[in-house]
Amino acid sequence: MWIRLKALIIKELLAILRDPRSRMILIGPPIVQLLVFSYAATLEVRNVDVIVLNRDSGRWGHELVQRIDGAPTFRRIFHAQLPAALQDSIDLQSAIAAIHIGPTFSRDIEAGRSADVQIILDGRRSNASQIVGGYLNQIVASLAADTPAGRRVTDAGVNVVPRNWFNPNLIFQWFMVPNLIASIALIIGLVVTALSIARERELGTFDQLMVSPLRTHEILIGKLTPPMIIGVFHITIYILAAIFVFGIPLRGSLVLLYGSAIFYLASVVGLGLFISALSMTQQQAILGAFLVMVPAMLLSGFATPIENMPGWLQHVTIVNPLRYFLVVVKGVFLKDIPLSEVARNTLPLAIIALFTLSAAAWLFRRRLE
Amino acid sequence: MTDTAHGAAEAAHSGTVRRLASLVRKESLQILRDPSSILIAFVLPAVLLFLFGYGVSLDIQRTRVGLAVEVQTPLTQDLAASFQASRYFDVSTGRDRRAFEEDLVLGRIRGIIVIPATFTSDFAAHTKPTVQVIVDGSEPNTANFVQNYTQGVVANWAALRSAETMAQQPAIIPEPRYWFNAELESRNFLVPGSIAIVMALVGTLLTSLVVAREWERGTMEAIMATPVTAAELVAGKILPYFVLGLVSMTLCVAVAVFLFGVPFRGSLLALYALSASFLVPALGQGLLISAATKNQFLASQVALLSAFMPAFLLSGFLFEINSMPTVIQWITIIVPARYLIPSLQTVFLAGDIWPMFLEAIAVMLAMGAIMFLLAARSTRKRIA
Repeated sequence: MWIRLKALIIKELLAILRDPRSRMILIGPPIVQLLVFSYAATLEVRNVDVIVLNRDSGRWGHELVQRIDGAPTFRRIFHAQLPAALQDSIDLQSAIAAIHIGPTFSRDIEAGRSADVQIILDGRRSNASQIVGGYLNQIVASLAADTPAGRRVTDAGVNVVPRNWFNPNLIFQWFMVPNLIASIALIIGLVVTALSIARERELGTFDQLMVSPLRTHEILIGKLTPPMIIGVFHITIYILAAIFVFGIPLRGSLVLLYGSAIFYLASVVGLGLFISALSMTQQQAILGAFLVMVPAMLLSGFATPIENMPGWLQHVTIVNPLRYFLVVVKGVFLKDIPLSEVARNTLPLAIIALFTLSAAAWLFRRRLE
Repeated sequence: MTDTAHGAAEAAHSGTVRRLASLVRKESLQILRDPSSILIAFVLPAVLLFLFGYGVSLDIQRTRVGLAVEVQTPLTQDLAASFQASRYFDVSTGRDRRAFEEDLVLGRIRGIIVIPATFTSDFAAHTKPTVQVIVDGSEPNTANFVQNYTQGVVANWAALRSAETMAQQPAIIPEPRYWFNAELESRNFLVPGSIAIVMALVGTLLTSLVVAREWERGTMEAIMATPVTAAELVAGKILPYFVLGLVSMTLCVAVAVFLFGVPFRGSLLALYALSASFLVPALGQGLLISAATKNQFLASQVALLSAFMPAFLLSGFLFEINSMPTVIQWITIIVPARYLIPSLQTVFLAGDIWPMFLEAIAVMLAMGAIMFLLAARSTRKRIA
């Protein structure tokens, strides 16, 4: 049995790696992706343009404009002469925020009255504009603290001292790269496995495999092993890049990470095999893999935290292998989570793997009859 | 003489129409018969919209935090009550921060807010008391929100306290107005963005798969051997998917507007003009990928990497292009979705802003022309 199995695994590996372009696609793009997406995917806001209309002739209006100008978040500060220009630049998205300082701004401050400053933000980019709104509020608040009235109030103020655990400077890549380690393994593992049986079926070589002395479970193991090897390979490359290219601290144990990764890959490959057994053509297999992949990525806590989702949708995420492995990757890298926590997230992976693999085997046998 | 020439031209013309019609018919039947194209054109968009409409949200609501009040006094209890009343936090209260540390490591809470033992005495002595907030840096976005909202709660509380004692108004009142999306529903901009992703999928992924299959099976050469010209062949392939893309988009818009209540303030004309212009480079890219790879596995991977992922991550849909490193900002220039998404969000939320739309349409059509030229070149070369 071992000889037959070995022959099949070698054949499957060759089927994937023989074509130089397939080899390229398995190695090149995931690395490019890691570099591009880990730098691109940031929810920080920088280099945005704002427009200012200062109708105040006093020193406080000028001071506010100066402080906005000096803020590192903003790239260019446009100066408007008329209120209509504010509307135009928001409409055309040439500025994300428009600041309107009224003619009585300095007079109100000097007189000890509350002065208004109007801030218009582009709600079409509501996430970025909320962050920009926050920055502008801080600038306004620090100016307010320097006014005569402000100085009296701030004596009563309270300091808030933030401390960031696990990621002291809140570097976004420390969050993004571990996420990508898990998701790239999902994308590649799912598509490679989903295609394996569908391709043989489409090309007609599946029947040949069936009449060979190989037993059903041997065929399945033969189909499973190469994508798992490729998956481990990708995870390894990504872990190396995370440590040596991005300088992300690896605080936990690699043994735990790899131990959990085996179960994660098994569950992904099981899912791929299940799709493959359902599809008649390669096109169906690829599109089927897609239909699983996109929701899996959206419901994993990668793009948005799971705790922000409505309760019933949080229950749906229970069947998502990516969700558990993300906790393990991020936890091992940044938080050095204990063995018990790794095990708590690996057990569901083992259950998902067991379920998808046996479902695939069952479907596979049924299709044969 | 002129008569015969005219007749020949007419015959050639009617031949084109006839051949094109039968090609379109063949391709349409193929779409309708394969459940997977229905899956990608209708089921996946429905799932995506559903997830963006109900599930995936960038709005932070009720983040779980631990609140450690080291010494209970009326003052600290008052501040603790402000945290408990905040609609952004789901607070569990304790006395010791160490009780929450494990929860923070395991991700059960996203922050620990500490009101230290010296808070009351510092407050009485007018030496700025301190509130410490410890956040989970492994989720930088949530961490920022927790910091900001903590600052907000504390500032409000302090302002209220000093207003009670001094009857003091704040010196400057910022009045933020969020245009086009006053309630700041992230759904309102995620849903228009996901429509662009759906069209990128139908346009590029589906088309590249279908054409790659013909190459893989050798049926492409069979068609080439018929009197069909290259232009007719391309048009026959493209037209059904163009229509499919528009139908899928229409369905998405209907769901977005009628089910999720996303406002639609622009015109249908603008919506269709933008979508049709986007499908040109999307389909051209699909053709180019299939002609270059001639293999379904490769085509799917290339389409995934060059169309789907960029439409998701490099288009300004979720992540601000301005915030990316310069090199990556250059890469986004060749992502067609980058031009569509701001315009789509505008059609939905702001209305018709034609100068913006026309620019986007012009860029997308130009990109489409380049894609088609490249696809035609690579098709011809391979056959010779």
